[in-house]
Amino acid sequence: MNNILNHIGIENYIFLSVILFCIGVFGVLYRRNAIIVFMSIEIMLNAVNLLFVAFSTYHQDAQGQVFVFFSMAVAAAEVAVGLAILVSIFRNLGSITIDNLKNLKG
Amino acid sequence: MNTNIALVLVLAPFLGFLINVFFGKSLGKSLSGIIGTLSVIVSFIATAYFFSGIAAQPEGIRISLFDWIQISNFNVDFGFQLDQLSILWLLFVTGIGSLIHLYSISYMHDDENMHKFFAYLNLFIFFMITLVIGSNLLVLFIGWEGVGLCSYLLIGFWHKNQEYNDAAKKAFIMNRIGDLGLLVGIFILGNLFSTLDYATLKTAMSGPISIFDYWMISLAAFALFIGACGKSAQIPLYTWLPDAMAGPTPVSALIHAATMVTAGIFMITRLNFLFDLTPDVQSIIAVVGAVTALVAATIGLVQNDIKKVLAYSTVSQLGLMFLALGLGAYEVAVFHVITHAFFKACLFLGSGSVIHALHGEQDMRNMGGLKKAMPITFATMLIASLAISGVPLFSGFFSKDEILLVAFHHNIPLWVVASVASIMTAFYMFRLMFLTFFQEFRGTAEQKHHLHESPSLITIPLIVLAILATIGGLISLPGNSWLNHYLIPILPKLATAEHHLGITEYILMAIAVVGGLVGIGMAYAKYIKQNTVPTEDAEITGFSKVLYNKYYVDEIYDAIFVKPINFLSRFFRDTVETGLSALVFGFGKVTNEISYQGKKIQNGSIGLYLFVFVLGLCAIVSYLFLAQ
Amino acid sequence: MSTILIIFCVLAAITLATAFLTIFSKNPIHSAIYLVICFFSIAGHYLLLNSQFLAIVHIIVYSGAIMILFLFTIMLMNLNEEREVHRPRITRLGAIVSFCLICLVLIAIFINSKPIVGEYVTTGEDYQSIKVLGKILLNEYMVPFEFASILLLVAMIGTVLLSKKEKLQK
Repeated sequence: MNNILNHIGIENYIFLSVILFCIGVFGVLYRRNAIIVFMSIEIMLNAVNLLFVAFSTYHQDAQGQVFVFFSMAVAAAEVAVGLAILVSIFRNLGSITIDNLKNLKG
Repeated sequence: MNTNIALVLVLAPFLGFLINVFFGKSLGKSLSGIIGTLSVIVSFIATAYFFSGIAAQPEGIRISLFDWIQISNFNVDFGFQLDQLSILWLLFVTGIGSLIHLYSISYMHDDENMHKFFAYLNLFIFFMITLVIGSNLLVLFIGWEGVGLCSYLLIGFWHKNQEYNDAAKKAFIMNRIGDLGLLVGIFILGNLFSTLDYATLKTAMSGPISIFDYWMISLAAFALFIGACGKSAQIPLYTWLPDAMAGPTPVSALIHAATMVTAGIFMITRLNFLFDLTPDVQSIIAVVGAVTALVAATIGLVQNDIKKVLAYSTVSQLGLMFLALGLGAYEVAVFHVITHAFFKACLFLGSGSVIHALHGEQDMRNMGGLKKAMPITFATMLIASLAISGVPLFSGFFSKDEILLVAFHHNIPLWVVASVASIMTAFYMFRLMFLTFFQEFRGTAEQKHHLHESPSLITIPLIVLAILATIGGLISLPGNSWLNHYLIPILPKLATAEHHLGITEYILMAIAVVGGLVGIGMAYAKYIKQNTVPTEDAEITGFSKVLYNKYYVDEIYDAIFVKPINFLSRFFRDTVETGLSALVFGFGKVTNEISYQGKKIQNGSIGLYLFVFVLGLCAIVSYLFLAQ
Repeated sequence: MSTILIIFCVLAAITLATAFLTIFSKNPIHSAIYLVICFFSIAGHYLLLNSQFLAIVHIIVYSGAIMILFLFTIMLMNLNEEREVHRPRITRLGAIVSFCLICLVLIAIFINSKPIVGEYVTTGEDYQSIKVLGKILLNEYMVPFEFASILLLVAMIGTVLLSKKEKLQK
């Protein structure tokens, strides 16, 4: 049987992943709401996961998918802790805008 | 065996120093004094032991304690050389030293820091022994520096008086200037011959010498002579000695009459083979010595402080010794050193006795008529004055006469200068005697009431020294000199020298004696017959004023050296230092400014931080993947 | 244009569109919903690439857990349609600049490495079914597997601690 990539071509996946990643970066820098920033980070992570799986198919090797597995575990943990921190900030400061988080200055 | 006794000789005074420094306060005054004196007496006994054995072993005893410096072919060991010269010096250093220690037990009895005084005295004796007993120039230098240090400590002993501290500093600094010369000389010798050992230097210099080496050796000899000038108070480094009279009288007697100031003469005699090779330097030494003798004698003519007269007398006599050294007559200088030690120490101790009886009065204008109240002091000082004036059959007559003889045979002008200095010596010494002991007492009634002879611990050393001043001349009678015979291993030329007594010698002796008697007679005429008393300070005028102010030499030194150096220091402190510190601080300030501007990057806004993340990521990634 | 390619394009379009809309919608809840749809489309991509296990796990973890967390947090903070603070022009410019920059860099890297990408081979064996994945995970990657569990434990503890209400000052 043929590699599915014969039909799609690996470069398409690469472009998709890259553009998705860049959308994520743009989102992080453009929005001021911390929750949206978090979501943009998730978009970035997903872009990378997609690329890993595509290359796993390219190389016919399962190691790419194993890495995705762990990446997802880490992402889950990170979201949990990040949101907990966000909630604390909301409790202390009353708003989520990252413009207010300016105290770490030189 | 010899090593052990030598070590006892050297270390006994040091042990005395340690005991007195650490336990002196708790031991009490008498005990600390006794320990101090005993340690020096132990050294004297050890010296006597070596002296008795030197006849059987004329080449001397050389003891090497340990190897000190070993750099390629330059080796210096820490060793002792006990030959005729060092044993002779040690005899009178420890001998007179023990007498003065005995004297100090009574003299310093009222002082609360008596244990410290004995500690310093013992330390001084230790360093002086080290200076004399060393087998090479470096050990001599250790002792040289050490006696300078002890001189400073002892001159400034009554440290609560700022003037005494200044005098001590002056002595030390002038000594240091001389020490620079000594060091330069040592360096040159070490460079030329790769050794500083006396014996090795002697053999090295007995070979052929090239022209270049001759100039270097002359330079070394001159530098060493400058060192001797500093230590033995010759022109131009003599002004510290009269000021050093600020110390207690035993100090003046020991250090500034009998021992430390003779270190220069010792060094030159030790290195006689070096100076014999450089007649130019020898001429300089002779001239400096003669001029010093004359100048100091003129200053001594009008001084009113009893100790200052004796100080200038010391400078003058040292000048005569250097005159002898400069003319190549080392044995004559050594003879005069010994006799001078006896009568000068006696004079100083006697003056100390007088000062003690008058409770600190040192101005001769307030003394007088003391011979009835203090007979022993009077008698001993009279004997010493007769000796220093060159009255026949006392020791000073023989030694001074030898110097004048040698001067006449080499250089008539120098003989004239030395003779004039001797006449003046007789004059001012007897001026001192007449003003102090004759006529009526000019002090307060209170002092007159308390006049009495000093206790026996003070008078016994005086008597011993007076006896030595009388018979001391016997060691070197003209024509049959035990001293010359004794010193042959050190000064080989003595073996072949002839010493005949012809008509010239007798006539010269007669001229010297007459000169001395003339001096005594003039003093008698002025101060007994005419009954003059020196005037108050404010009323001195004319040339006497110049003499009284010591030719204003101190003021000249101050203007030439001290003021410019002070100006230079102020300049450095105000201009150069502020500039440099501004430069150094400037670096700090610049860094501060840069960091202050750099701090503004971190303004806390997360957006900016994230933006910079992305930029950095792009940069790294493009470098890793695109730039290859 | 084979079927597979069409499916890929549709899925890609959905992914990019929803990602874009996530960033640009005003209401955070709308953003969250768009993101869920995005995740579903990525799961579709995984299915297209024949990694079924990963697709299911992706849906469970991301859409099922993470987005629910997000939604709850948004509702906890009562974030409705809100006015964004006026963004200074420089930040918008910075964002656009960085977007273009990073896009350019990454595509440039790809184009640079194009010759390296060769033929698409297929081994014919099964390399990514659950069976094989499980074998690999629990044989070679045993230690990271265990560490991942510890990581999740630590995250849980951290979250609980961080969310506690502070005691009131006396």
